[in-house]
Amino acid sequence: MQTNDLILAEEFCSHYNVGLSFINSLKQFGLIEVTSVEETYYIPQAELKKLEQLARLHYDLDINLEGIDAITHLLGRIKDLQSEITSLKNRLSLYEKV
Amino acid sequence: MEFVDYYKILGVDKKASESDIKSAYRKLARKYHPDLNPNDKEANKKFQQINEANEVLSDPEKRKKYDEYGSDWKHAEEFEKARQSQRRQTSDADGYSFSGSEYGGDFSDFFSSMFGQSGGGGRSGRQAKFRGEDYNAELHLNLEDAYTTHKQTLTVNGKNIRITIPAGVENGQVIKLKGHGGPGINGGPNGDLYITFVIADHPRFKRAGTDVYTTVEIDLYTAILGGDVMLDTLSGKIKLKVNPETQNGTKIRLKGKGFPVYKSEGHFGDLYITYSVKIPTNLTERQKELFRELAAS
Repeated sequence: MQTNDLILAEEFCSHYNVGLSFINSLKQFGLIEVTSVEETYYIPQAELKKLEQLARLHYDLDINLEGIDAITHLLGRIKDLQSEITSLKNRLSLYEKV
Repeated sequence: MEFVDYYKILGVDKKASESDIKSAYRKLARKYHPDLNPNDKEANKKFQQINEANEVLSDPEKRKKYDEYGSDWKHAEEFEKARQSQRRQTSDADGYSFSGSEYGGDFSDFFSSMFGQSGGGGRSGRQAKFRGEDYNAELHLNLEDAYTTHKQTLTVNGKNIRITIPAGVENGQVIKLKGHGGPGINGGPNGDLYITFVIADHPRFKRAGTDVYTTVEIDLYTAILGGDVMLDTLSGKIKLKVNPETQNGTKIRLKGKGFPVYKSEGHFGDLYITYSVKIPTNLTERQKELFRELAAS
């Protein structure tokens, strides 16, 4: 069943000692995907790592949601640029050692 | 084992208040936190240092012990042994030390000798389910390995994992093996294993994406008169037909003889061949005469 891959949002909040409003806010910012079944929120397991990261940014580093949103975009950009650098390095090796 | 100056790491003096330490720690943590510095080993190392410094200086009892014995840690070790049986649990009362098994758990030998292994702590330290640690590994391949889909067995933390490496994998490419990282804590899911492929340079072939480049030497006579040349490619030998009057540096393209397209079976890039015309050396007098005749004609 699909629910095998879902984590009850309340359970996550209880274990990590974070408020359900935090999950709600992340959802509103479009930062995580949350599944809703009969007004109960569930977190797909695939989102868990990202959610843990966002919780660390918010609670450990005191970064507000607008900041987290901006950071998420920038981290995405960094990832894209790192891929581009790898690709360019691979191309550069063509000219360096031929 | 070297003495670690936790005050220096956090950039505070020995009289710093708890709030000074908290403030200094947060400032540095925002700068070096691994979530904000992906794939930056230096930042990660720095973060571990400041996390360790905070673990000690934010805890009054540890700080007292550190201040008392810090510069003479060997005595602290003895001190610790003597009272090992009554060691209290690590406090999480401050609520601002970093959480999660991923970061901050890898403390220095100095820390371990003074305080034993870290008890964790922080916001989520109470019987929380933690996702296991993500592991990172490098897998070194040569170009021939990357050319064909093949299986390899990796040993990660004593466990053998058999993976299929699809043809066309790129140098620097990272794949994720879900659930093959560290075990989850308190029933949390396992972490993932990230494998970065490192593909060694090949002495004859250069790769750019799915295209492959090579240089083929041909002798002067074949370049002038044309002829056939055998070439070893990554997919086997092929016969090249060299046109008469081929110039040095001429580049030809063999469509579909390049590198496989990743996860797209039957699709290949192109092979680019540059001809390098080799000028004969050690000519006999007769050969030189013939060239002079040619030059004069």
